[in-house]
Amino acid sequence: MVILWTDALIFILILVILLLAFYLRGKDHIKRPLQKISRSKVGMVSLVVLIFFILIGLLDSVHFKPGADKGNEIISLVDYWATPLRKHGEKTYSAPFAATLYSKEIMTSADGASQWAYPRLQFGGAHLNNPEMEKIPDILQKTFYGFAQGAGLLTFFMILLWSFLKEQHKRLMKSSTAKAVWIVVFFIVSLTYTLIHLSAYYHVFGTDKVGEDVFYQAVKSIRTGLVIGTLTTLIMLPLAIIFGILAGFFRGWIDDVIQYIYTTLNSIPGVLLIAASILMVQVYMANHEEAFTSVIVRADMRLLFLCMILGVTSWTGLCRLLRAETLKLREMEYVLAAQALGVKRRMILLRHILPNVMHIVLISVVLDFSSLVLAEAVLSYINIGVDPTTYSWGNMINGARLEMAREPIVWWSLSAAFIFMFALVLAANLFADTVQDAFDPRRSGSE
Amino acid sequence: MSRYIIRRILYAFPLLMGVNILTFVLFFIINSPDDMARMQLGQKHVTEEAVANWKQQHGYDLPLLWNSEAQHQEKLTKTIFYQKSVGLFLFRFGVSDSGRNIGADIKERMWPSLAVALPTLLVGLLVDISFALMMVLFRNSYLEHGGIVLCVILMSVSSLFYIIGGQFLIGKLLKLVPISGYDGGFAALKFLILPVLIGVFSGIGSGARWYRTLFLEEVEKDYVRTARAKGLTETQTMFRHVLQNAMIPILTGVVVILPLLFMGSLIMESFFSIPGLGSYTIDAINSQDFAIVRAMVFLGSVLYVIGLLLTDISYTLVDPRVRLS
Repeated sequence: MVILWTDALIFILILVILLLAFYLRGKDHIKRPLQKISRSKVGMVSLVVLIFFILIGLLDSVHFKPGADKGNEIISLVDYWATPLRKHGEKTYSAPFAATLYSKEIMTSADGASQWAYPRLQFGGAHLNNPEMEKIPDILQKTFYGFAQGAGLLTFFMILLWSFLKEQHKRLMKSSTAKAVWIVVFFIVSLTYTLIHLSAYYHVFGTDKVGEDVFYQAVKSIRTGLVIGTLTTLIMLPLAIIFGILAGFFRGWIDDVIQYIYTTLNSIPGVLLIAASILMVQVYMANHEEAFTSVIVRADMRLLFLCMILGVTSWTGLCRLLRAETLKLREMEYVLAAQALGVKRRMILLRHILPNVMHIVLISVVLDFSSLVLAEAVLSYINIGVDPTTYSWGNMINGARLEMAREPIVWWSLSAAFIFMFALVLAANLFADTVQDAFDPRRSGSE
Repeated sequence: MSRYIIRRILYAFPLLMGVNILTFVLFFIINSPDDMARMQLGQKHVTEEAVANWKQQHGYDLPLLWNSEAQHQEKLTKTIFYQKSVGLFLFRFGVSDSGRNIGADIKERMWPSLAVALPTLLVGLLVDISFALMMVLFRNSYLEHGGIVLCVILMSVSSLFYIIGGQFLIGKLLKLVPISGYDGGFAALKFLILPVLIGVFSGIGSGARWYRTLFLEEVEKDYVRTARAKGLTETQTMFRHVLQNAMIPILTGVVVILPLLFMGSLIMESFFSIPGLGSYTIDAINSQDFAIVRAMVFLGSVLYVIGLLLTDISYTLVDPRVRLS
């Protein structure tokens, strides 16, 4: 087992979330919004999709060395299960479900005659004797098998669950939200099974320029997107919370200094600051090659740096919100009462101010997530995002951009990146809306 | 009023000084000029002389903060920090690492950037506000719900896809306008249509949603109820009262970004190969030209600070209730 830096931080993040959940369980002011979320159909459905993505991301974060003697190669659990996909590289582009390459080549047949034709793929559809005739029935059959497998498994699981939860199953199964959730779970599980089943025989999303399976790339990119969306928050939150609350609570020169810091940071256009920092990281890495032994370690460090830089450039917005809220809170009766009773300032901050700004923190975390995932793509396009060797949707788009000019066009890389990214960001946006509705006191009042 | 403005202007100087120190730390302290020289000249086989030569050419051969060899006040002035900072504050950006005059480049490339960014902003504002107004006017109807869903969907698509999709659909399939490029004078018009169109379209989702919340906040206020009680129709209240009052936050929000329009948009310009400041920056990043990036960071901050100043002033002009304190 090898723990990369980002892995470690992800696990810390999960630990923190679990501790927080444990601490907050049963607290009334948290329970009510949570119940509201659990009643929202859109919110729960998008949560299911998010959890599915997060699961893949987590599996992709468990890294290990495949063989003790194999040197520097580090793979993750997802890589391990997708070994066929990883190893089944073709020569160059091939369309989704294709049995032949994208471009024609001169081929020499067994009797020595050469012809100008599309060569067969090494792995995609290699089990077929006559692709033109057999392909479509074969795909349909495999789709059906995969779908049936997933559906069967889930049905079995649900019957099991149903038999255990006889008393409560009405509540779990009957409400319209629960039905929607189960339908989405059903589709996700069956679809995953179908894709896994199909990808053993075909390149479901085709292959890219160097013949790598696009489906595999898109799945691997999930982790990158999630890491950027979550770790940045982890870095941003302490800065924003500490500075924001201190500025609002103590006012005076502390407030002035903190305001100066965030106005200064804010006045540098974000992209340029990121660009400058990434350039510096590049120089640093180029001059300290010995510290970054394997490619994956270096890419991981760069990902971490990117998260840090994004965190440093993006804490100012939340900080300003928290400062304003704290300014309001410190004049509240209960804070004044605590002060009059002689409660120490530290305790007032921890017990009275901090819990009461948490809803703002939560809302801004979920709101930021989707914009960070989108930002990653743009940054990778300008070459100041993740390492070019890291799988990410930005890198996929970047690579696929020039292929649009080909004839016939190579659309599959772009489409795969689009579908995955769109699913994740849409789910995140919808979930963020639900969370905002549930936690924002101004919004809940109007309904 | 004038005292207030002067104080705001004076406040800009410590801000810019902070930006300058930050960029200095980023560009010179974290990595010494030696590191940069090695990076530029290639990694392994660089002689000390080549490094010294490169540093001398670009004015990096002085000590960073304190020149102990020089006389009197030259101890402070004959340093990289002083030389480079003073240059920035006087808008003398010096020469880029590839030997071009940065100031002249910026002056020349500013206008194409503005030619794309300004129409995008104006048309975008018009479209976003009309869309948001429509949603608020027909609130609690299918039209509004459909509009909200559409906004979320539009927001969830990366801007890169809008650009690639737009170029493909309009430029390549329909062949209505050239895919990319730029030309001087009025010939630029046909190159500008597509970037502006795509820029507006990609902003609708978040823009319309934002303006919708602004309008909704306004709609619930007392004066709107009074207007309705007077017997005005919903449309009349909307355009006469709500729109006018919501204009204050909208306009002041726009004023902040007005100066930044000169900087252009990084991805738009590089996709459509418009020779503006955005693509200039991207080229600099890709060729790792530190001098240009540093100049652009500073220029961007100056423009942002000007934007802040304009916002403050416009607030006091538009809304007399804002106290000048």
